[in-house]
Order: sequence, then structure tokens, then C-alpha cells
Amino acid sequence: MLGNFSFRVILESLPAFGSGLATTLWLSLIAFAGALAVGIIACALKLQPAKLLRAPAVVFIDAIRATPLLAQLYFLYFGLPRLGIVLPELFVGILALSLNSGAYVAEIIRAGILSIPRGQVEAGISSGMTFAQRMRLVILPQAFKVTIPPLLGQAIVLVKDSALLSLIAVAELTRAGQSLASDRFMPAEAFITTAACYLILYYGLKALAALSARWVGLRPARQDMPA
Amino acid sequence: MMIWQQLQSIVGSYPLALRGLGTTVAVSLIGLLAGSLAGFALGMLRAGGNRLVRLVIGAWVDLIRGTPFLVQIFLIFFILPEFGIELEAFTAGVIALSNLAACFICEIVAGGIGAVPKGQVEAALASGLSRWQRMRHVVLPQAMRIILPPLVGQYVLLIKDSSVVSAIGLTDLTRVGWLVVQRVPNGLLVFGLVGLGYFIVCYPLLAIARRIERRMSAAHAEVQL
Repeated sequence: MLGNFSFRVILESLPAFGSGLATTLWLSLIAFAGALAVGIIACALKLQPAKLLRAPAVVFIDAIRATPLLAQLYFLYFGLPRLGIVLPELFVGILALSLNSGAYVAEIIRAGILSIPRGQVEAGISSGMTFAQRMRLVILPQAFKVTIPPLLGQAIVLVKDSALLSLIAVAELTRAGQSLASDRFMPAEAFITTAACYLILYYGLKALAALSARWVGLRPARQDMPA
Repeated sequence: MMIWQQLQSIVGSYPLALRGLGTTVAVSLIGLLAGSLAGFALGMLRAGGNRLVRLVIGAWVDLIRGTPFLVQIFLIFFILPEFGIELEAFTAGVIALSNLAACFICEIVAGGIGAVPKGQVEAALASGLSRWQRMRHVVLPQAMRIILPPLVGQYVLLIKDSSVVSAIGLTDLTRVGWLVVQRVPNGLLVFGLVGLGYFIVCYPLLAIARRIERRMSAAHAEVQL
């Protein structure tokens, strides 16, 4: 039973969990920025009419979406040294997270752009706008708003996924739990505290997502004009 | 030359690979089946049921959705024994995956049911259908249209999540890759093949999800004419 559940041990190891939480937070932030960059590039390529440009993006996105993050992580972790690229575990982890989430971000942005009613594009064309002007002034401002809530959803997924980096010995939150569990044989204390730390991040991001959804809903992008 | 030797060495470990594939398929299949059953039941309760039941289910779903699957597996594998429940890695993995599946599917099902217009339920009530009849003959068939595309997408995510059970020593496809790469130091090749194994299972499902979505939205557009 958990009769000997020790809050004292949790209190003693709070500094370790604090630094683990901080690491998880900032590495997730960097990885999310990377995912945005990867996603924007992949999405831009996928929307090109030229097949030669579109194909690599399609292959990349499908390959990422149809394989587990853990396999991708090991692919880079064990594979990069093979190419003569030796990086610290932390970098490999952030790279894997960025590429993985990037594929999902690309799909989110694409869905946002495609959700803009065709009439908007036609109105842009008939106003004599160039393609670049239509994108910049008509489509992207509306698409941007629509994508914020699902992007925050992806950020939540990314934070949780970052737990896998503990398996390549990155000293983040889950690793802090693993250390406590193995050093002092207290898995209950260790992993319940770990879970609680993730829940703090989860509820924070979830509140942000709800706020942004309301913001989007309060000032909705104009839907189809009445005829 | 070296790659040729490595390939031979990898081909030589095909019994291990088959075992890994079998474990991945078994864990995923049991997890998805149990998770779907529990998920649909919970989803219906969450959409209808009394307030307390809804609250409890909602809180549990939030706990599971808010924590990494890896941490959930550790919790189940290391803490249940403290309650006198000794678990094998396989059982722990299956329980963890079923629970995860149930929670995500619960949300999808509840969302689908919530999207069915209220008038439909009122019409069924007026026709004197019982609660179960309303659910079975009126609400669920219409909700399925909304549930199906995200459900298939969720299946893909869950099959991929099953790779995390390798962390407690279960010899699934990912673990096999990890074991082989210790002997054949070519991560690109080994995990390229592991990825291919998952791709063969997941890609068709992704394609199906895409097709269902297109067909459903086309059918919907027809109705709305």
C-alpha cells in the first residue's frame, strides 16, 4: 500500500523537479519555435502548384505522421553520429521534437489557409490584387487567427511528447522523476510529482487555448457574404 | 560493403523483428479494442448521464490528457505493485494504452453526440423511444458521421503511442530497433526499417481517415442543399 507515502521526500526533491520543469519548459519553447519554422516551410512547399516542390513536403509530412516520435528520436540519436554529426542529446531531442511537431503544424496552417472562403480570393482577384497582395492582405490575416487555437493544442502535445527525451538521458522533468524513483526506490512519490508538474503546464496551456478560442470567436473572420 | 554486411546482420535478426512486430500489433489491437468499448461507453455517459458522472469522467479525461503517456506507464508499472497487484510489462502496457485510448475516444464520442441537433432527440422523445432506443437509432447513427474521421486519426496516434511501452522493457518493434542498433551501429538503417514497419500499418489508416472525411463532408454538403 501507499501507507508510507512520503511527502518529505517530495519536499526534499522539489529543487530537482523545479529545474526539470524549467528545462522542459524552455526546451519545449525552442522546439515549438522550430516547429513553427518547419511547419511554415513545409506548408508553403505543399501549397505550390509545381509537383517537384510539393513532393518533398508531402513525403516529409506523411513520413512523420505515420511513424512514432520515439522511432524518429532514436533515428536521429543513433543515426546522426553515423553521418559524422555528433550533437549533445539535448540538441538531438529538440531537433526531433521540432521536425515531428513541424509536420503537424504544417497541416494546421494548411487547413487554416484552405478554410478561407473562395469568395474572399475571388474578391481579391477582382479588386486587381496580385497573388502576394491577396496572401498578405486577405488570406493570411484571417488564416492566422483560425490557426491559433489548434497551434496551442499542438503546443500541449509537444510539451507532453518532450517526456520521451528522458529516454535519451536529457535532464528534463520525467528524468527528474526517474532519478528519484531509482535512487531512493520511491516510484510513487517520484511519478505522482512528475505528473503533477505536467498538469500545471497542461492547465496553463489549456487556459491559454480557451482564451484564444474565445478571442477568435468574439471577432470572427467574416464568413460568406450574403448574396 | 559494410552496409551489405550490416544488412545481412539485420536480416539475420528477423525472428526478433517478427516478435517485436507481433508485440506491437497485439498491444495496439487489444488497447484499441478495449479503449474503443470503454471510450464509447464513457462518451455516451459524458454526453448524457447525470452531472456527477459527467464531472468525474471529465476530471479523469483531463488528468490523462494532461500527462505524458510515458509517465502514465511508469505510474501503472511501478505503483500498482505497491497495492499488491503484480503486473507483467505486457499487461501494464495494455492497461496504459487502453486507458489512454478510452479517454481520447470518450472526448471524440461526446463531441459527436453533442453535435447532433437537439430537435432530433426531441422528435425521438415525442415518438416514445426509450433512452437506449434514442441513442441507438437516432443519435449515434448521426453522430458517427462526425465521430468517424477523428476516430480513425486517433487510432493512428494510439498505434504510434504503443511504441512508448518499449520504455518498460516490452520487446515491441521500437525496442527491437534499440536492441539491434547495439549490435549493428547504423541507426539510420535500423530505425529507418523500424519506421517503415509502422508506416506500413499507419499510412493506410491515415489515407482511410482522409477519404472518410472527404466523403462525409461531401454527403453533408448534399444534405444542406
